[in-house]
Amino acid sequence: MPIDKNLMRVVSITGVKTETKTVKTMTFKDQLSDKALPGQFLMVWIPRKEEIPLSAMVSNLSGHAAITIRKNGLASTSLFNKKVGDKIGIRGPYGNSFSIKKSNKNVLLMGGGTGLVPLVRLLANMKEFDLNFTIIIGARTSSEIFFLDIVSDLLKGKTYNLLISTEDGTKGTKGYPTDILCDLITRNYVINFIYTCGPELMMKKAYDLALANKIPIEVSIERYMKCGIGLCSSCSINDKLVCVDGTVFNSFQISSLSEFGKCYRDKAGILTKY
Amino acid sequence: MDYNVPISFAGLDLKNPVMIASGILGLSQNIFDRLIKIGAGAIVSKSISNRPRIGYRNPTVVPLENQNWLNAVGLANPGADVFSEEISNNKVPLMVSIVGSSTEEFRTIVQKFENSNIVGFELNLSCPHVEKMGMEIGDDPNLVGKIVKSIKDLSSKPLIVKVGLGKSDILQIAKVAEEAGADGITAINTLRAMKIDITNKCPVLENKIGGLSGAAIRPIGVRCVYELYKVLKVPIIGCGGILTISDMLEYIMAGASAVQVGSYIAQNGMDSIGKLVNNLQHYLKTEGYSNLEEIVGIAHR
Ligand SMILES: Cc1cc2nc3c(=O)[nH]c(=O)nc-3n(C[C@H](O)[C@H](O)[C@H](O)COP(=O)(O)OP(=O)(O)OC[C@H]3O[C@@H](n4cnc5c(N)ncnc54)[C@H](O)[C@@H]3O)c2cc1C
Ligand SMILES: Cc1cc2nc3c(=O)[nH]c(=O)nc-3n(C[C@H](O)[C@H](O)[C@H](O)COP(=O)(O)O)c2cc1C
Ligand code: FES
Repeated sequence: MPIDKNLMRVVSITGVKTETKTVKTMTFKDQLSDKALPGQFLMVWIPRKEEIPLSAMVSNLSGHAAITIRKNGLASTSLFNKKVGDKIGIRGPYGNSFSIKKSNKNVLLMGGGTGLVPLVRLLANMKEFDLNFTIIIGARTSSEIFFLDIVSDLLKGKTYNLLISTEDGTKGTKGYPTDILCDLITRNYVINFIYTCGPELMMKKAYDLALANKIPIEVSIERYMKCGIGLCSSCSINDKLVCVDGTVFNSFQISSLSEFGKCYRDKAGILTKY
Repeated sequence: MDYNVPISFAGLDLKNPVMIASGILGLSQNIFDRLIKIGAGAIVSKSISNRPRIGYRNPTVVPLENQNWLNAVGLANPGADVFSEEISNNKVPLMVSIVGSSTEEFRTIVQKFENSNIVGFELNLSCPHVEKMGMEIGDDPNLVGKIVKSIKDLSSKPLIVKVGLGKSDILQIAKVAEEAGADGITAINTLRAMKIDITNKCPVLENKIGGLSGAAIRPIGVRCVYELYKVLKVPIIGCGGILTISDMLEYIMAGASAVQVGSYIAQNGMDSIGKLVNNLQHYLKTEGYSNLEEIVGIAHR
């Protein structure tokens, strides 16, 4: 019998890597999460605290999986403070994934903050293909930039273009990652496909740019999730459920999501403006 | 696909008897429209309280072994004002489930929806994991009678009462509801249950105790419908653990005129709702029945 991905597996944390002062990557052994497709997420239970959705990160140990967490509220801070040997619950992986087409030679990945997590997994799945990669990483300030090491590791021996933006200009270009994207497009830089994950307003800007310039794009949308399995409608965006119909949506699908970049449902299910 | 298995009951004419149970995808008009398009006969909204509720912290839904689920969402909902705005352009057969802690509160909520384009109300008197709401009301026969009567006085829309297994006898509560004017009874809600993680030595649900749904509660639900059918004049909606067409037929043969599904959606995804209706059409055709009524309660004969 195959393992039911819905059943929670309690796993031990086998590794903790500090990415920045507020971001850590944690590794654990789990066959199902190890096979997660890029863009899929896990429901992660922090005992006695809360359960939150987290994107599947890459781990270079076979049979292992990883998650990257930014310290924020109750759940994420409790997870951030976990140590090797502590036990957490995992169910999933859930959701669809980014699509990969070898014919799209020039791919651009743009991530903001922990939105980089699914993009790094995507990169790991695409690195065998003979593609030209452009990666844009955005952060508020230079000390909040992470994953530079893993990106250069994944793309070792390849030529790629890594661009950084910080809002305060302490590293790379001053401004938003979408400013870099806009600049590339204006300079007729060749882009066949855009993948993005991060703050929704950033992704909305990227979508608008992509649409205006006829570049196909896939975005990974975040919504408040309770069940993760299509039962509660907390994660709905128009007539789609982000947890099962997404999290990844393409240009065509986004064109009918009038709520994208505009509003989301809060914990009570009230449609709330960004 | 026509999804046509017409039924009429409690003053309602529905395209087919397969409804989406309360709390399942119950908050967004866009999703309601999609569910009806893909085959649902009707939808019961998430239980709506007078004021918004954010519900309990996650985990609120825990999948268990053998096609069972545990949930304690804590009746999270946007509240009556926001939800009536949400459904202000509703055109699909939607029933609004209401939950409250006093007669006055129920009356206030009903008034807010009386002019909405909905096909009726379902009174949730059986949520097993929220204090002073749901089951705590459903366990008090006097209060049940009073609430049902006071709502019936206010609204001409069909009123279905959802009963469950609390401390009081489900047959008695259903009978009281019927005598007070209920137009139909839904049975059953989830059952109080819990899951403990033995590794971390603690309950998994944030609320510790929740409601069990899915395969395990089906034999109990079927028994309740069977017994209710004997004592009630109003029609019954069967609910609890319907995961296949044969599960649905069990309920109908026990006496249910319609059914509601919840965990089915968790198991198969919302796009599979039409399949259940198609399977019912197929069953009736191959068995030579011309309408569903012919088999409602057939197990009693
Ligand atoms: C599909 C998906 C993938 C995600 N991947 C990552 C990731 O790889 N790394 C990462 O650090 N974060 C990720 N997040 C965000 C993460 O789930 C939490 O939002 C974040 O960790 C804050 O949680 P908190 O409880 O500490 O914060 P709180 O202070 O409780 O809440 C702060 C904000 O976090 C968000 N949030 C809290 N709980 C949830 C929830 N159950 N579902 C959705 N949003 C919630 C809400 O927007 C809330 O306003 C992802 C979210 C989704 C939906
Ligand atoms: C996540 C979840 C939320 C629910 N919320 C409600 C609710 O708000 N009101 C209600 O009357 N029943 C609620 N229920 C109970 C269902 O309507 C249904 O009675 C129960 O799940 C049994 O049916 P099933 O076995 O087909 O799931 C909920 C069930 C689940 C799984
Ligand atoms: S999180 Fe419950 S439906 Fe998506």
